[in-house]
Parts: sequence; C-alpha cells; structure tokens
Amino acid sequence: MSRLIFEKSVPGRRAMSFPRLSAAEQACAIPLPPNLCATQPVELPEVSELDVIRHYTALSQLNYSVDTHFYPLGSCTMKYNPRICEKIAALDGFAGIHPLLPQLRGGGSLTQGALEVLWRTERLLCELSGMDAFTLQPMAGAHGELTGMLLIAAYHRAKGRPRHQVLIPDSAHGTNPASAAIAGFKVVSVATDAEGNVDLADFTAKLTPDTAAVMLTCPNTLGLFERQVHVLAARAHANDTLLYYDGANMNALMGRVRPGDLGFDVVHLNVHKTLGTPHGGGGPGAGPVGVKAALAPFLPISTVEKRDDGTYALSYDRPQSIGYIAPFYGNFAVLLRAFAYLLRLGANGLREATDHAVLNANYLRVKLQEHFDIPYNRVCMHEVVLSAERQMKRSCVRALDIAKALIDAGYHPPTVYFPLIIHEALMIEPTETESKETLDAFAADLIRIAKLAEENPAAFAAMPECTRVSRVDETKAAREMRLKA
Amino acid sequence: MSYVPHTREEREAMLAAIGVNSLDSLFADIPVSCRLTKLNMPDGLSEQEVYDHLHALSHKNGHTLVSFLGGGFYDHAIPAAVDSLVSRGEFFTAYTPYQPEVAQGTLQAIFEYQSMICRLTGLDAANASMYDGGTALAEAVMMAVNVTGRNTVVLTGGVSPIYRVMIRSYTHNLGINLTELPTPVEGVADRAALGAALNGDVAAVIVQNPSFFGTVDDFSDLAELVHAAGALLIASVYPVSLGILKRPGDMGVDIATGEGQSLGLPLSFGGPYLGFFAVRQDLVRKMPGRVVGATVDRRGKRSFVLTLQAREQHIRREKATSNICTNEALCALRATIYLSLLGKQGLRELAETCVRKAEYAKRRLAQVDGVRIRSRAPTFNEFVIELPIDAGEAVCRLVDRGFAAGFPLGRYYPELANCLLVALTEKRTKAEIDHFATALEVAL
Repeated sequence: MSRLIFEKSVPGRRAMSFPRLSAAEQACAIPLPPNLCATQPVELPEVSELDVIRHYTALSQLNYSVDTHFYPLGSCTMKYNPRICEKIAALDGFAGIHPLLPQLRGGGSLTQGALEVLWRTERLLCELSGMDAFTLQPMAGAHGELTGMLLIAAYHRAKGRPRHQVLIPDSAHGTNPASAAIAGFKVVSVATDAEGNVDLADFTAKLTPDTAAVMLTCPNTLGLFERQVHVLAARAHANDTLLYYDGANMNALMGRVRPGDLGFDVVHLNVHKTLGTPHGGGGPGAGPVGVKAALAPFLPISTVEKRDDGTYALSYDRPQSIGYIAPFYGNFAVLLRAFAYLLRLGANGLREATDHAVLNANYLRVKLQEHFDIPYNRVCMHEVVLSAERQMKRSCVRALDIAKALIDAGYHPPTVYFPLIIHEALMIEPTETESKETLDAFAADLIRIAKLAEENPAAFAAMPECTRVSRVDETKAAREMRLKA
Repeated sequence: MSYVPHTREEREAMLAAIGVNSLDSLFADIPVSCRLTKLNMPDGLSEQEVYDHLHALSHKNGHTLVSFLGGGFYDHAIPAAVDSLVSRGEFFTAYTPYQPEVAQGTLQAIFEYQSMICRLTGLDAANASMYDGGTALAEAVMMAVNVTGRNTVVLTGGVSPIYRVMIRSYTHNLGINLTELPTPVEGVADRAALGAALNGDVAAVIVQNPSFFGTVDDFSDLAELVHAAGALLIASVYPVSLGILKRPGDMGVDIATGEGQSLGLPLSFGGPYLGFFAVRQDLVRKMPGRVVGATVDRRGKRSFVLTLQAREQHIRREKATSNICTNEALCALRATIYLSLLGKQGLRELAETCVRKAEYAKRRLAQVDGVRIRSRAPTFNEFVIELPIDAGEAVCRLVDRGFAAGFPLGRYYPELANCLLVALTEKRTKAEIDHFATALEVAL
C-alpha cells in the first residue's frame, strides 16, 4: 500500500531552511495580537527532501502518460509535448516577471518581451482560425466557452435585443451546456441525424428570434466533419444567431480549413490539445477565444496593442467590454509554450500535423471496423468512435471492460461512454505523433481483446491486473466521502 | 517540424490500407469553397532558432528588478525539488484521471493536496483546484447564491480590486446584485457598514485576509453577524499567512478561497496560477470542480478516484454546479510538493520571516523624509506607505535605480494617488531593504 505523505511524517524532520535574519530584522517584534493568530501550527508533513523526492517519484510511476504509454484518449488530443517549450517557459525573463510590472512604468515598457509574445500569439491564432481578434485570457477550454457566451450576450444586448436561448447538439461536450447556463442562457438540445451530423430539420425548427447562438464542435464529437456546416451558418446568420466553435477538435483542421471561413463568429481553442502544451494531469491549459470584427469591441480587458513605433502596450480603454474574466493576461506560461510550438511547426508543420492526425485515425478505423461496430462509419477526421455494443450483446463485455483490458495491454484507454448518443462508446484519438507500428500493435491488441470477449468474457472481471490497484469501488467513494486525510 | 514520425513508405501503406490515394481525399467532406491552400504564416523553424529568438525576447522584460511588488502575487523562493518533480513526464504528460487504475499517482497527489488545503484553511473539504484565486472567489459567489436562493452579495472593502472587477463581470448576466463597502486603507472591515448592508436578500459576505492593503483581521464576530442574517461568509486568504494567522475555519468562515501562486508557483506574468477552494462539510455537494475521494479496489487495497461527479458538467450538463473541466492539476501538484518540503515548522518560520522583514522595512521606510506608514492595524507581509509625491511617479524613478518599488494604489483608488503598497518575502535581504530606503530617499 502506498502511504500518504502525512503517514511518512516524523516529528522534527525538516526539508527546508531560510536565510538567517539579520539582528536588526530579528529584533523586530511580531505585531500580531493573539486573537489574530493560530493557536496550533498547520499539520503539514515533517519529512526530508529525499523523502519528498522518493514519495512523489513513486507516485508518478503509478501513472500512464504520453511519455510512457500510447494515450488515445478521444477528444483530448494527447500528442507529444515538445521539450523545447518547457525550456522556454522556464527562462527567468519569462517565469520571473510579476504581472503588475506593466503598472510601474507607462505602457508596459518593463514587459516588452512578454507583450510581444502575447501580441504575436494572437496574430498567429487569428490566422490559424480565420478570426479577426483574440483574447488570450481564458484559462481553459470551458473558461473560453463561458467567455464566448458572455461575448455573445453582450453582442445581442448592444443591439438592444437581448436573447436568451442557445442551441447545442446532443453530441456536444458537457461543458457546452454548462457554460451557456452559467452565462445566463437557456439551453435547447438539437438532435443528430442518421449520418452523424446535426439534424437540419430539428435545428431549423428550434431556431427562433430568441436564439442567441449555436454551439458546434467541428469535427463533431463523433469525429466527423459537419457536412452541412455552411448551411447551418447561413440559416443561423439569417436569424442574427451567432455560430460558436468549440475548438476541442481543431487538431483535425489546421491548414486545411479555418472555422472563420466556415462561418463561425466566435471560437475557442484548447492550446493544451491542439498546440501541444502539456495536459498536466488535468491542467493548466489555456482556452483563447477568437471573434469576428463585429464582436471585437466586447473582448475582455485588457488587450495588447502594437504601437506605430513597434512597441507593445496594454489597452484598458474598452467601454463595451464584458470586463475582466482573468486577473491578468491569461495562463501566460502556457500561451508561451503554444507560441513556441507555433513557431516550431509553422504553416507547413501545422498542416502536416493535422494531415497525419486524420491519417492515423482513419487507419485505425479501417483496421478495426470488422471487429467493432462503428455506428457512423465514413471517412473520419482526427478520431474514430467505436461501439462495443456487439460485445455487450453477445457476451456482456462492456466498453469499460475493454478499457481495462487495454490497460493490461499497456495502453491508456480511449474515452469511454462519450459521446452520450453512442452506446458503449470507445472514442479513439491517436494523434499525429504516433507511429504506424504503435497503431499496428494497438489494433492487434484491440482485436485480440475483441476475440477474448467472445471466447472468455469472464476473464474481464479481474482486469486490470498489472496495475498497483485493480478496479476501484466508486460507489463507496461517493457514499463515504473521504476527501481528506 | 511537426514531430510526425511517418516515413513516406509508411504513409503510402496507410493510405492504401484506408483505400484512398492521397491525404487530400481524407478531407473531402470540407466544402470546396472553404478549403485553404496554405496558412499565411512562416514555415517551421529549428529548435535552436526558436530558442534563440525567445531567449532574446525574454531579456526584454524587467525580471532583474529587486521586487517589492505584491498585491496578492508574491516573489517567494521555489525549492529546486519542486521543479524537478513536476518535470516528470508521468505527471505533466498525463491528463485528468478518468481511469483510476492508471492515474493513482495524480489521484493520490490531489488527495494529499485537498488534505493540505483543509489543514491550512481549517475547513472540511477542498476541491482539486480552480483556475486562480479570482475565479475561485467568483465560483464561491455563484455557489452561495445557489445554496441560499438569495441574490445579493456584499464585498467588504479589503477585497482585492482585481477580484472585484472579475466578480462584477461574472455576475453581470446572472442578475446578482453586488454591494461594495468602503475601503479601509489603514484598518479593518467596517462592522457598522456591514451591519447596515445585511438584509434578507444577502447570500454572502466576502472578506479578505490579509486585506488588499495588507491589514490582518479576525472575522469571528463578523461570522456571527453574517450567519444571524442567514448568509454565508466567504473569505479569500493568502496561504503563506496561515503559517501564523488564525485559520478561516476557526473564524466561522463557510467557504475559503485563495490564490495558490505563493505555494511554489513562478510569477510567470500572471499564470498559470492556482485557485484553492474549501468548504464546510454541509456544503460539499454544492462545491464546484473535481474532487478526489479515498476508497478501496476489488482486493480491498486503499485507492483514490474522482468522486461526487453527479455535480459536474459531463453528467449534469446545464444543471451542473460549475462548467469547470480542466483545472490546474499540475499547479496543485506544485503546491503539494512545496507544502511537503516546507512542513509544519517551515510554514511557521516562513510566515514569521515575512512578518519580521515587513516590520523592519516599515521601520526603515518610516525614517525616509516625507514617508508616512499608512497602515495602522497589524499587517502580515505587506503595508501601505504614503509619499509626498504621486506614487506612480516615484515608482517610475525607482525603476531606474533597479527596484520594482511596489504597487501604486492610484491605479484603482484615485484618492490614494500618493500611496504605495509594499510587499516583503523571505527573498528580500536586509541590504536590499536598506538600499531601497536609500533609493526612495533620493527619488523623493
């Protein structure tokens, strides 16, 4: 059993010391009366530096990660994270700058390098997505969605006709309806048609004068390009309904087509997916939001401007802005990594990345199509959604069982049970940085697992067996709510 | 360079297996009129070129100034072990721990993080992290409105102006009324003003400790007042100060949030940072964000798993308690490692060091002609001085002498144009404080 850091604590053991105070500093009394002070020290662990190193190194070894395992987690784009981006983010001149430094001397003269990074990143993202202006402030994809919804609300309000509804396909990520609701909108769900696209008739029927926006993921969460997207855009725009682009799947489109050219008015990008910044075990990410010119006046405060003399400045003069959605300029060190990634790949590399992401997904699709159901089996984009319904019906082996079998085969499982409209979904996104031999081995293992489901379904109950813990009791966790040591 | 491993032969074999003859055929679903020939940006650069370019840009920033800047974001030392551990690919190239068997490392670390935040704040449960201290506070506001079914939130004067403007933006579309109380530059929260602001529609009162101006308060009496009015007390706190100050949970606070940047995260021009969020037991099911719980596996072995997911967006969609998905897991890991290294005694020593340095700096700066210490109530590591000239002008002159002298308050409080907020951490030496005082004397 792996002990908690608290369980390794030995009274009096230390890992850190501080510079000795001078006599003059030591002579200063602490001016805090007892009613302001804690009565007991905080019960943090008492351990040595080596204890800490061993403890967290051992914990790290319990994880599957991109660095150690193929990680085809659909919708998450678990591509390789280039190390040069880490090296750049750690430079003192970036990591060591206080966010209030621009306040010390007019116009951000103390942070010209950082402001240049932000401004040029915005320009590159505009070109990549076909938008006119960007805010880099949102700190994750869902935060970008919320920002986008606030921008859309402001747009309609400024026209003197506030609108209250947002249309969202039933295949959408859960963050879409949650973000729309938090921005104050009522969510209306739209059905998916037999080909996996938005049901045009249902969409048209639900489009009303109160429809503020449509939130679309393109390619959608089935990994399919939304074939009628320009028709949807035309109908929405005729109604002054704005089109929102959820950028979770942008890795499928770089250099091939731009959301702005498809008619989208507001986009968010997930730089921790598309632009190769690390996922960090669940963040930090960044979810910059781009808009067409008509929405630019509403972007959050502040924005970075380039002056005629080539210097950069922060602008706070934005009377129509939705205000402040982040304390400063966004997750700067994440955006900096994305900037380095964009420079490294460039126009040719970004397209090459997308092309091979789509190639890899289709290669797996054809290799697996005889062995699993693929409810919408056509050329897919960067990911393919299989269904284990056949295995479920024939031998009661579920998508979750297959996921656990993959763990024993040395893979991080795909996303399971999403999108919700596919029974027993296994959503596989290989990404462009995986090689043919990795895909061949993965497909062979998945086919072997499909055969095992027919021959010995009972074997799945014990899986995974190769990990330190086997299947965990989630019901007990929710019932007992043991959330701290 | 796209980090794509495919050789031409492999690519052709794969296209043949798919049954198409070119990569272009895979994009046939895209309307012809919208297809792009090429992005209008330069082609890729070598690693060396990218590094040289960005290394040069990094030198166009004021990172070498001796800093007395705070305002909620502090220049604390980061032990080498923190950087070393979070650089492990097993941590930073993994994602949200959806599959617990292959994410026990991340899950146990988050469980330890939640435990440390509970111990720091004196509350019962903490989530796995929010984006930053400001969004954590905004989420607390929305949570209080949902829990109480009331619609007004009172912000006391000590709450950071950076967070105030964020809360205004977040609540704007939700019909939440904000009442903002006067600013106590020298002292603590005005009890009479608060009493007058309390009514049957107040969902929550927000306080901050230490206040934006550095002063320290005990909100125990205020908690009674707020609870008697049927509202919740939300406190935004500076975690390092909890090495010495009374914990929010011990004052009767219901929700504690804060900025975790000071716990081992670099300043990095504003992010990524770490919002922490802790609540009393009876509020757990209304809490936003990911939560890790302890359980057992099928062999009875202790293990950890994401739990209480019925609150979350991927299950509840538009009825979720929050839209948060990806949070700041690696930043929470940094904080966990930092707090482990600091330990029980270390946190106390660090807090005391900050206080003593601030007291020494107060004493030293008070000797400068024309400088007056405005803070009257006790302070932690930050305090307000009043200058005979505009603080923005003074700060500008001090940049030339190598100092980031502090935050000129006129930016947010025009009536305090001559006031400067000065912060101290363990990194500032006595010599630097002395030189700063001398430079200020010259600058005035």
